[in-house]
Amino acid sequence: MSATAAKVVSPAGAVRPRGIAPVWAVAAVAFLLGAIVIGVAVGPIDLGFRGIASSLAERLRIPGISSSLSATEESILWEIRMPRVVLAALVGGMLSLAGATYQGVFRNPLVDPYLLGVAAGAGLGATLAIAYLPDGLRGQQALPAAAFVGGAVAVFLTYSVGRSASRGRDTTTLVLAGVTVASFFTALQTFVQQQNADTLQQVYTWILGSIPSSGWSDVVLVLPYVAIATVVILVLRRVVDVLSLGDDEAASLGVDVRRVRLTLVVAATVGTAAAVAVCGLIGFVGIIVPHAIRMLAGVGYRALLPLSVIVGAGFLVLADVIARTALAPAEIPLGIVTAFFGAPFFALVLRTSRGAA
Amino acid sequence: MLRSSILVAGAVMAALVVLVSGAAAGPAASSAFPVTITTAAGKVTISKKPARIVSLSPTATESLYAIGAGPQVVAVDDQSDYPKAAPKTALSGFTPNVEAIAAYRPDLVVASYDPKGLVSALGRLGIPVVLHGAASNFRGAYQQIRQLGMVTGREAAAARLIADMKARIGKIVRTSRSRAEGLSVYHEVSPDFYSASTRSFVGKVYAALGLENIADAADSAGTGFPQLSAEYIVSSGPDLIVLADTVCCGQKPSTVAARPGWDRISAVRTGSIVRIHDSIASRWGPRLVSFFRAMSSALARL
Repeated sequence: MSATAAKVVSPAGAVRPRGIAPVWAVAAVAFLLGAIVIGVAVGPIDLGFRGIASSLAERLRIPGISSSLSATEESILWEIRMPRVVLAALVGGMLSLAGATYQGVFRNPLVDPYLLGVAAGAGLGATLAIAYLPDGLRGQQALPAAAFVGGAVAVFLTYSVGRSASRGRDTTTLVLAGVTVASFFTALQTFVQQQNADTLQQVYTWILGSIPSSGWSDVVLVLPYVAIATVVILVLRRVVDVLSLGDDEAASLGVDVRRVRLTLVVAATVGTAAAVAVCGLIGFVGIIVPHAIRMLAGVGYRALLPLSVIVGAGFLVLADVIARTALAPAEIPLGIVTAFFGAPFFALVLRTSRGAA
Repeated sequence: MLRSSILVAGAVMAALVVLVSGAAAGPAASSAFPVTITTAAGKVTISKKPARIVSLSPTATESLYAIGAGPQVVAVDDQSDYPKAAPKTALSGFTPNVEAIAAYRPDLVVASYDPKGLVSALGRLGIPVVLHGAASNFRGAYQQIRQLGMVTGREAAAARLIADMKARIGKIVRTSRSRAEGLSVYHEVSPDFYSASTRSFVGKVYAALGLENIADAADSAGTGFPQLSAEYIVSSGPDLIVLADTVCCGQKPSTVAARPGWDRISAVRTGSIVRIHDSIASRWGPRLVSFFRAMSSALARL
């Protein structure tokens, strides 16, 4: 035990968390910027690169340039496409960060942001809202709130069950509690859905996940949760490295394991719940992005967490470009795109990194 | 796709043969039980005039009442909300329970789906099932009404209903087609922009009126119900918007106008937003005429 702890504090230790190597930081930021440029430039309607550039220049009040876009094209660019790119970036960054955080906190590489039942709980909340709230607009507007509450309730239950079973010391118990709560909530959700077969299509499209074209309102809705969660996790990023060694080791280094873990889990969960509430279930981002970074850059959590935010944001922006253009003017659910393009990419990364090792 | 359309065409032709042979029997045909019809599920023989019909299809429920077979209906499924006189029960057409259906001791069941072997399970109990799936065009819809007339002994009433529907719709089409010339329509199935192309049944209404359907360009998969991107809808600027999500999802002209960028759409500017009850837009029964009427008054206002 003390040998492991000594390794952490020893400057020559292999597991000593490193900062972000400048090359990876630059690469990640370049990836995100490139993704945003593509996300804004490419869509089912061709606005032309010069048109977009001139519109941007006009909004930036660069003298002598006025937008060459028509009024309709201006609306498409600023009220539909831009907010969608921003929302995709926020949600992608949040899901990757939450996934990486869970993986560190639970010392389990297969964990995703939906581990503790957020997805199942949010699914139940959304289904209840669709099925039982009065038909019409109020039901529509209450959906994100219901999904958020459902997700939060599920995670709270998971935590209570896990704690009562192991007094909060064993992460495996918590993971098992998550699996249990998730199956229970999924059963309830399926039952409600089956009892209200007329709402099947609405529930189904919600579960498939997508970035809505709802303008800036959803961005405003999600932003505070994502911002707070991201700041909290990034402030604690060095502690995640310590936690990932094991509870006893972390405790011996003076970390209040239970409190820090609870803080991290709450932050990751709140951020994930907000993302899920607006965009439904978008799979794979929370697993694939952190692992791809880990394999390519081989970094500790201190560097992995901020990189996950940046790369995850870029990844989802690109995935959403495919979702809205591949079959344009029709759309493909985003959850399908993330898995369809994410899985082969991940297999490639897995292969090359194993080959190099 | 091709094979299934051949199958459908074959089924329709076989049904027509039955129909013609039935009609050849003359005015006494309505009491000429046993009757055999051919649906998508194969041949069904009804030995005597049914007195205890269970309908698991909201469309069939509407048709049965419209042809005067209402008194023969003992139970309808939980989605059959029209007409009000129909004996609505907790029976489900999506997740049917064979025992619950059999408890009504039906001598005929009409359904639009066949989930988990419903038809064969009822068949083992000796209960004939008329399976009328979603019609893909008007001919199919009329054919179903005609067959319901045959199996309930209301053949003449069914023929009158069909003739009446055809006459009313024909009149609306004749007066509205010139107004619809060069205009485009966006039909909204749900607020996440699922729409209906000409391949769908509702899409046939717009095609009959000569409206250009903006969903057609997006239906490369041929499902009839593509999900459109918001950018595309705004840039196509349809002249008419038809909301079939007013009941489910509370959409109305003001919520549509409030969507980002939608204030640029011609239909929003001119207020040409038609509200059509979700159930009328999703069924293929006698209320098709109401749908046409709503479209014709919207076109008259344009």
